[in-house]
Order: sequence, then structure tokens, then C-alpha cells
Amino acid sequence: MSEEQDVVTVIQAPIYLKYNFTAGAAPARFLTQLKKGKLTGQCRDEPGAPVYIPPRGSCPATGKPTEKEVELSDKATVQSFTIVHIPIPGNAIQPPFIVANLVADGANISFIHLMSECVNEEVHIGQRVQAVWKPEAEWDYAMDNIKYFKPIDEPDVPPEQIGKLPVTGWEG
Amino acid sequence: MSQPEILNQAFELGFTYTRSTGPVVGRFLTELKNRRIVGIKASDSRVVVPPMEYDPDTAEELSEFVEVGEQGEIVSFAWVKEPREAHPMDVPFAWAMIKLDGADVPMIHCVAAASEGDVKTGARVRAVWADETIGFITDIRCFELV
Amino acid sequence: MRDIAICAYQQTDIVSDAGAQNEVELIMPVLGRTFAQAGINNAQDVDFVCSGSCDYLQGAAFAFVLGVDALGAVPPIKESHVEMDAAWALYEAILKIRMGHANSALVYGFGKSSPGELPIVLSQQLDPYYLAPLWVDSISLAALQARLMLEQGLITERDMAEVVSRSRRNARNNPHAQLKGDISPEDVLAEETYVSPLRKSDCCPVSDGACAMIIATVDQAQAWGLPYAVISGIDHCIETHNLGMRDLTDSVSTRMAANHAGMNAGKVDVAELYAPFSHQELILTRALGLDAETQVNPSGGVLAGNLMMASGLSRIGEVFNRIVNGEAQRGIAHATSGPCLQHNLVAVLEKGENA
Repeated sequence: MSEEQDVVTVIQAPIYLKYNFTAGAAPARFLTQLKKGKLTGQCRDEPGAPVYIPPRGSCPATGKPTEKEVELSDKATVQSFTIVHIPIPGNAIQPPFIVANLVADGANISFIHLMSECVNEEVHIGQRVQAVWKPEAEWDYAMDNIKYFKPIDEPDVPPEQIGKLPVTGWEG
Repeated sequence: MSQPEILNQAFELGFTYTRSTGPVVGRFLTELKNRRIVGIKASDSRVVVPPMEYDPDTAEELSEFVEVGEQGEIVSFAWVKEPREAHPMDVPFAWAMIKLDGADVPMIHCVAAASEGDVKTGARVRAVWADETIGFITDIRCFELV
Repeated sequence: MRDIAICAYQQTDIVSDAGAQNEVELIMPVLGRTFAQAGINNAQDVDFVCSGSCDYLQGAAFAFVLGVDALGAVPPIKESHVEMDAAWALYEAILKIRMGHANSALVYGFGKSSPGELPIVLSQQLDPYYLAPLWVDSISLAALQARLMLEQGLITERDMAEVVSRSRRNARNNPHAQLKGDISPEDVLAEETYVSPLRKSDCCPVSDGACAMIIATVDQAQAWGLPYAVISGIDHCIETHNLGMRDLTDSVSTRMAANHAGMNAGKVDVAELYAPFSHQELILTRALGLDAETQVNPSGGVLAGNLMMASGLSRIGEVFNRIVNGEAQRGIAHATSGPCLQHNLVAVLEKGENA
């Protein structure tokens, strides 16, 4: 047997696998609109059906396809948030920054995005925000066409109304 | 409903695992680092290479290491005409079950050969060591025909 | 012990690339047809749900969770998942019903293998110290097994070619099959080798798709008034991961599972065997002792299309279809997992009422 210090006790066994990811039909419809600077949700083609963003193809509550596309506002309401103190690799945003659950006007479910141009300590549930888009020339099939959301001067939405606003917005 | 385009994105998924070897695998890999091959005696005294921690038939914990030869005999082989990118060789080669001298159970590794016709069941092969051995299964770079 | 019946089975077409469909889009239509066949609305109308899939196939973490979006899981449902073929999800669901925790269950499996390099992805299920770092692919391991069979004189290349020919010809009657056609053993033998001694036709193709099944107690099946097949036995056995310590020319674990499941208690009209490589069908028919009175793989088997994580359940579904269509009274279905038929499940199905 070898010297104690030469004994192998661990191995580096990295696994790298290559794939070709396909977004799916419903996300592709969403991303195609996003490339044009539009946020769209999807829902079942029934009155009052919940509107999902980003859509995956089904209405999870019922297991039925979301066949109808609904254009949403780029104004949204803060449903929840956290203040992050570690940087995001590859992203210019500097900590501390806000990651928030935001519900776009016209949608019934939140998505996650960044908040900036705000005083972190003053961010609160029910706060009104709006998307700050990248220059149009940089738009791609990606959610980071929106750099972040920033607060706007509109009255807060009461908690029980969050996720229930029409596309015309609060007081709309 | 607007007509979707098919949106694809190639990507590489990495799992950068560091694995603990435990004493049995660790001993085998330590010996490889020193350019020796060891097996372990199973409950029925068969020599198993590479060594297993427990006997698959009796579940008995195994501990009796046995050094085996770096030469052996091909038990079965598969000829790879078009190596895949992940494969250890980038020219046509064989995967083989190789029973090393002193072992009773074949191990699986790759065999370098100029052509399929050179590889035969029963052919003798010898381990080719990597230039630098680090305690990893690829310390045996491949086997070659004797 | 409560007898359990299969009441509904549906599957997608088996395709080489499901293209734009993501997981939930692949599953949703087949679940919809399964619910319709059973006369129920969604997963709210069964007591338990279990699925089988493997995230490594498409490289999407927690892809199986997205499948839940096809169920109608509001309010919450009792749901489980196996990172295995859905035949093992069926096994879990059967245990749940046997224990009296459920009277009915939905079982589904899906596989989207086209986004990755499947034989290489499968190399990473092997021993992580000795084999996975060598990247030994699944086709090469099967080729080692085939050569053992050939060189020991247990089979000939022509035997293998006959399996391929019969599979492709049988698949002409299977509307879901990916590879079908009138190809003769001579046509197969004329092909050059791929990973020698295997030819490409000896290997199942890479496929995308999904399947789903509803099972219930016999009492529940009768209350639904559906034609059903009874699962009279099911078992699974696994062999060591050390390929050098297995007899690769036999399938001991399949034979044990079949014996435990009671296969030999009656005539076997039909057998659907999960043999991803032609020589493995020969190993399985011999291990099970099947003779000419059993029709083997009338669907074309997985040589006509292989839905990883769903083909095992779909073998059971194929036997169910033949029983409720009146083509068979009793049959067996086999599922496999791991390299060279390492882990095997056998289910015995018998005609129930209304079938």
C-alpha cells in the first residue's frame, strides 16, 4: 500500500451533457411576442379563465390547454419581493437589489423579475411598477428584453386586489 | 392563436461532482495511480476486478485485495466505427470485456486496434498507462493487443 | 387482497422528434383521451397519480413537475413520481391500491429523448467510478452482450434479423409505431454493421412520446361499467450492476419476476416484451420459456419505437388493448431498465368482465 498522503479518497467526476432545448409551442408564442416588445399571457378559451404568464401550454388548475392569447400591460403590481445581497453571474445589476414576484395588469399569476431605480427599503407589497425595456434593437426571444421594473407614481393596490387587475390597470 | 415558431437553444448541462471513493474503490484507484491493478476476493473466492465493496450474491462485505496482471484476454467486444464525442478515443476502437490474468470476472474498458479484423475474442491485451496517473479509471488509457 | 383492473390506456404516436411540444404539451392530449376513455374529467376523479420520467433525457431539471400542470391539480391531489419507466409507477400505484389507500389511480410516462444524445446520457446511469467516466454508451454494452450470444452459438445473426423483420412487419398494424414496413431478414442482413456485431436495425430508435393508463379496483371498474383486464400478478427483480458478474446470455431476473407474478398458471396468448435490441427479445423469450402458442410483440415492440420511461407501461397497455379487443384472454407484459436487461418487471393480465 502507498504512503498515507498518496491514498485516493475522492475523485473529480464532472459530467457534461449537450442538449438542444425546445421551448414548446405555448412558450414559443409568448417569446415571439416578447421579441416584438409585447407581454402576452395565455388562458383557456372560456370567459373568466385565469391568465398565465409565462405560459407553459396548460392551465394547471384544470389541466386544459391555454389556447387563447391575451395581451398584457407592462405595468405590474408587487406581490412579494426579497432584497438580494449576492451578485448574479453575468448580470450588470449590483447588490443589494430586489427580486420580486410581479403580476402584470391583465394577468392572474406572478412572474419573477428584477426591480431597480427604487429605494430598496421603500419597496412594498402592492406597489405599482413598470417595465424598463432595453433598446428595441437588442430585443430577442428573452425575458431580459425587460432590464428591470421601476416604481411608478400610482396608488398602491390593496392585497386582496393583487392579481385581479384588468389590462387597463389600477383605477383604469 | 398566433402560429409559433420552433424555438431551439443548444446548451451544455454540467454536473461538477466530486465523489468520495470509500476504502475499496479508493484502494483500487490508489493502486492505479501507482500503475498496479488490484481486484478483490468475492465470497466464493472469485477475484473481481475492479473491486466491489460487497458481494452481489451474498451481500458480504469484501476486503481481501489481490493484485492481478496488467495483461488479460478479451471475453467479448463491440467495434465502434464512429466514436462519439464523449468516447475516450477519437479513432475507431473496441469496447471489450477483459479478463485480466489472475481475475475471474471481466472488466469493461476500451481497446485500441487498427481495424475490426484485428480484434478477436480470446485475444491477449495489455494495459496502456496514461502519461500521468492521477487515481482515476482512465489512468489505464486503453488496452492494446499483445 | 383486492383485485386490480386496467380500465383505460392511451398513447401518443411514437415520433423521432416531438419538435415544438414541451413536456406538458406532449402529455396533455394523451391524458385528455385517457380521462375520456374512463369517462372522468381529470385527475381529481382518481385517488392517486404516479408518473415515470427521467429529467436527464431532455436535460431539463424537474421536467416531471411540469407534467403535473396537465393533471388539473387544483385543489391538490395525491401525486408521486418515479425516475424510472412508468411500469414502475404502475407498480407503486398497485401497492397504493392494495394497501387500501386508493381505489383508483392514473399512471403515465413520458420521454423526450430527442434533445440529447441518448446512448451517452444513459452511460451516466452506470457505476460512477468505473464505467460512467469511460462514457460507455448503451448500444456498445448491448453489442458486447450480443457477441457473447453469437460466439457461444446461442443465436445467429439471422435469428436477430428475423426479430427485426417480424417487429417492423407487426408494426404495420400499430398506428403509433415509428418504424414499420415490409423488411425481410435478408434486407436486415444486407445492412452494414453499426456497433459491431449490431446493425442499426438491431437497435431501437430514439423516440419522443407519452402514454397513460387508469387502473382501479375491480369493484370500481365494474361501477364505471368499462371493459377491463385484471392484473393478476406483477413483480420485478434486479441483477447486480457489475456486468462482468452477470450471465448476460440469460435473464434470470425476468424469469424470477414472471414466476412470482404467476405467469405459468395459465396459457399465455400474447407477450409484449421490452427488448431494445433484437438479441434481447431472444434472451427474454427463452428466459420465459415462451413457445409458438404465444404471440410475441404484435405491436412491433420497441424496435418499432422506444419511448424511454414510457415503453414499459406501453407494453402493459398493448396487452390490455388486445384483451379488451377480444384478441387474447391472457397475456404478459415485460418492462426493463438499466444496461443489458438489468432490471425487469413482468405483469400478468387476464380478461375481466365486459372485455
